Amino acid sequence: MAEITMAQALNRALRDALHDDPNVVVYGEDVGPLGGVFRVTDGLTAQFGEDRCFDSPLAESGIVGTAVGMASYGLRPVVEMQFDAFGYPAFEQVVSHVAKMRNRTRGRMSLPLVIRIPYGGGIGGVEHHSDSSEAYYAHTPGLRVITPGTPSDAYSMLREAIACPDPVVFLEPKRRYWAKEEVETPVRTAPMDRAVVRRTGSDVTLIAYGPMVATALEAAEAAREEGRDVEVVDLRSLAPFDDATVTASVRKTGRALVVHEAATFAGYGAEVAARVTERCFHYLEAPVLRVGGLDIPYPPPRLEHHHLPDVDRILDAIARLQWEADWVDPDAVPSGARPPASGARRGREVRS
Amino acid sequence: MSAPRPADPHPETTGTASPALLRDFYRTMLTARLLDEEAVALQRQGVFPAYVSLRGQEAAQVGSAAALDRDHDFAFPTYREMAVALALDVDMVGYLASHRALWHGGLYDPMRSRFAPINAVVGGPVPHAVGWALGERLRGDPGCAIAYFGDGASSEGDVHEAMNFAAVFAAPVVFFCQNNQWALSVPNDRQVAGGSIAARAAGYGMPGVTVDGNDVVAVHAAVREALERARSGAGPSVIEARTYRLGPHSTSDDPGRYRDPDEERRWRERDPIARLRAVLERDGHADTAFFEEAEREAGEQAIRIRDGVSSAPPPGGEEMFTHVYREPTEALRAQQRAWREEAEL
Ligand SMILES: Cc1ncc(C[n+]2csc(CCOP(=O)(O)OP(=O)(O)O)c2C)c(N)n1
Ligand SMILES: [Mg+2]
Repeated sequence: MAEITMAQALNRALRDALHDDPNVVVYGEDVGPLGGVFRVTDGLTAQFGEDRCFDSPLAESGIVGTAVGMASYGLRPVVEMQFDAFGYPAFEQVVSHVAKMRNRTRGRMSLPLVIRIPYGGGIGGVEHHSDSSEAYYAHTPGLRVITPGTPSDAYSMLREAIACPDPVVFLEPKRRYWAKEEVETPVRTAPMDRAVVRRTGSDVTLIAYGPMVATALEAAEAAREEGRDVEVVDLRSLAPFDDATVTASVRKTGRALVVHEAATFAGYGAEVAARVTERCFHYLEAPVLRVGGLDIPYPPPRLEHHHLPDVDRILDAIARLQWEADWVDPDAVPSGARPPASGARRGREVRS
Repeated sequence: MSAPRPADPHPETTGTASPALLRDFYRTMLTARLLDEEAVALQRQGVFPAYVSLRGQEAAQVGSAAALDRDHDFAFPTYREMAVALALDVDMVGYLASHRALWHGGLYDPMRSRFAPINAVVGGPVPHAVGWALGERLRGDPGCAIAYFGDGASSEGDVHEAMNFAAVFAAPVVFFCQNNQWALSVPNDRQVAGGSIAARAAGYGMPGVTVDGNDVVAVHAAVREALERARSGAGPSVIEARTYRLGPHSTSDDPGRYRDPDEERRWRERDPIARLRAVLERDGHADTAFFEEAEREAGEQAIRIRDGVSSAPPPGGEEMFTHVYREPTEALRAQQRAWREEAEL
C-alpha cells in the first residue's frame, strides 16, 4: 500500500468518477491545464479531454448557476470554488436554487451536483483565503454538507457525493491537503452521512470535523499523558447531523467538547452543543463546551496561531469540564455547604 | 423621472407567417389575455394571495414560445411568463397553483413540460439556461435553452455572468429579454445604461437584436433565427423585445404612484392582440366567424383552468418533508412525526 496525500486522494476520486460515469463533468477556475491551485484536478483535462474537465470564466455565481442547469439537464457537475471566501458570490445560487430545486418541483427536478470548496486556515493564506464558511451552508435545508478529515475519507466521501442524488457542499480542509495516509484506492469508508469514532475513550468526547480532526486526536494523545481518556468523534457530515453516533459517545463519557476553526459565536458548535444537551442532559457531568476560533475576521498569517484552536486550547477546555467537584469555587462556598466529591456523577446515577 | 422610450410604433406586423400560424398565435394570445383576467379576478376574490399579470406582453411571450422545438428545447421563465406556459401546453392548473400559494414553483412537471419552475429571483434562472444549454452541447444533443428575463433583471450580475459564460462556450442558448419599460417602479432610463440591452451582446461577441415586442410575427422570426443559429453551433444571442407592462407590477402594486396614466393609454393603443386582429382582418386571413369562435373557445378554456385551479387540492402537509432530499433525513422524519401528532390534535 502506498501513502497518498488528501489532495491526491481527491484527485483519484475525481479521476475514478470521470472514468466510471460519462455524466460527470468537472469545471471551475483554473482546474484545467493547471490542475487547480491545490492540484486536486491535476491531469484530468489531459486524461479526459476538455469536455469533461475545463476552466470556466472567473464567475462563481455563473459556475454554480450553470451547474444548476447542467444538473437538471442530467449531467453530474462537480464544480470548484477556488477558496472558501470566493464561494460567497455564488451564495444566492446555492441558497435559493441549488438547495430548493428538488423541493420546489416536488422531486421532479433533482440536482445531483457537488460544490467543492477548500476551506479553513492554518496555511498562512492571504486575506479571504482562510474562512470557515460551513455554518452558512449547514444552516440551509436541502444541502448536504460534508467534510473529510483523512485521505481515505476524502476519496470515499467525494465518490459518494458525486453519486448522490442531492446537491452536496464538499468542504475540503485545505491545511490537511498534504496529510498522508496509506490508502489503497478505491477505498470505501463509512457512509458519508455518518460520524465515526476516531479514538475511543471513557472520560470525555471531543467532537471535531475536517481540519480539526487531527488536532483533536493530538489533543487526545496529550490528555492521556495527563490521565484523561479522551474519545474523538469525527462528524464528517455537518448536514445531516449524525445524532446517534454523537449521542451514544457523550452518554458514555458524560462530557463533551466541540472543536472548530470557525468563529465560535453562532458557529456550528452551537448547534452541536444544543443537540448534545437536548439528548444527553441527564448524562452530562458538565456543560458542553466549545473551542472555536475567536469572534474576529480571520487574522493575518502572523497572527493566525492566536485564532486557531490548538492542542493547548483544547486541553485547557478539557480541564474546565468540572472534573470531580472542583467546579465549585471553594472560596465562595462555606465548607459545610460544599457538595461531596463526585456529586455530579452521583446525580447522574440517581436520575438515570 | 422621464417617460420611457416607446418602442417603434409599427401599426402592423413585419415579416411573414402562414395564415394558419397567425390564427394560432391569435387564439393563444387571446386565451392568455382572458386567463390573465380570470387570474386577476381570483386575486380580488381572495382565491390567490397575489398575481403578476402579463397583460400587454402576449405577443412577446407567445411569439417566442412558438419558435421553440417542443421535443428538444427548454424554457427558463421568471414569474410573469404565463403565456409562454400556455403556448408550451404546460398544465395551467399546475402553473397557477403557484399563485394560489399551493406550492412554490407550481405543481406542473417541469421536465415533461420543458418549462422550468416559476422563479421569482430576478436574474437567478438565467445561468440555469446556460448550464442546460452547455449540457446539450457536451452531450452532442440538438436542444437549445431560452432564458426569459426582464429589463430590471438585465442589471443583475448573474445575467452578465451568464452571457459571458454562454459566449465563451458557444452554448446553444437564447437570452430573451422582455423590456416592458418598467422594473416594478423603476423606468428604463434609471435601469439600462446606454439605453439598450441588446447592444450589450456586442460586448460578449454575440448578436443582439431589438424587436418590436408587440409584433408577434417579428418576435417569432427573431427567436427562430436565434435558435437556428444556436442549434447550428454558432452560439448564443440576445433578443430584446420592446413591449409594455399594461397593468401594475403585481396585484399588490399601485402604478399611480410612479407612472403617468397617459403613458399607459398610449401603449394600450398598441395592444398586441388588437394589432394581430387588424392584420388578420386586413389580409383576409380570418373572418367574423373565426373571431367569434376564438373568443368562445378562449373564454371556455380560461374558465376551465380558473375552475380547476380554484378547486385544486393542495398537496398534503407531509409533502413539506418529503422533497427536501431524495430521502427524508432521520431528523426530518422526526419533525414530520411531531408535526403529524400536532396536526391531528
Ligand atoms: C434578486 C431579486 N431582487 C429583487 C426582487 C424584487 N422584485 C421582484 S420583481 C422586481 C422588478 C423586476 O423587473 P423586470 O426584471 O423588469 O421584470 P418585470 O417585473 O418587469 O417583468 C423586483 C425588484 C426579486 N424578486 N429578486
Ligand atoms: Mg420590466
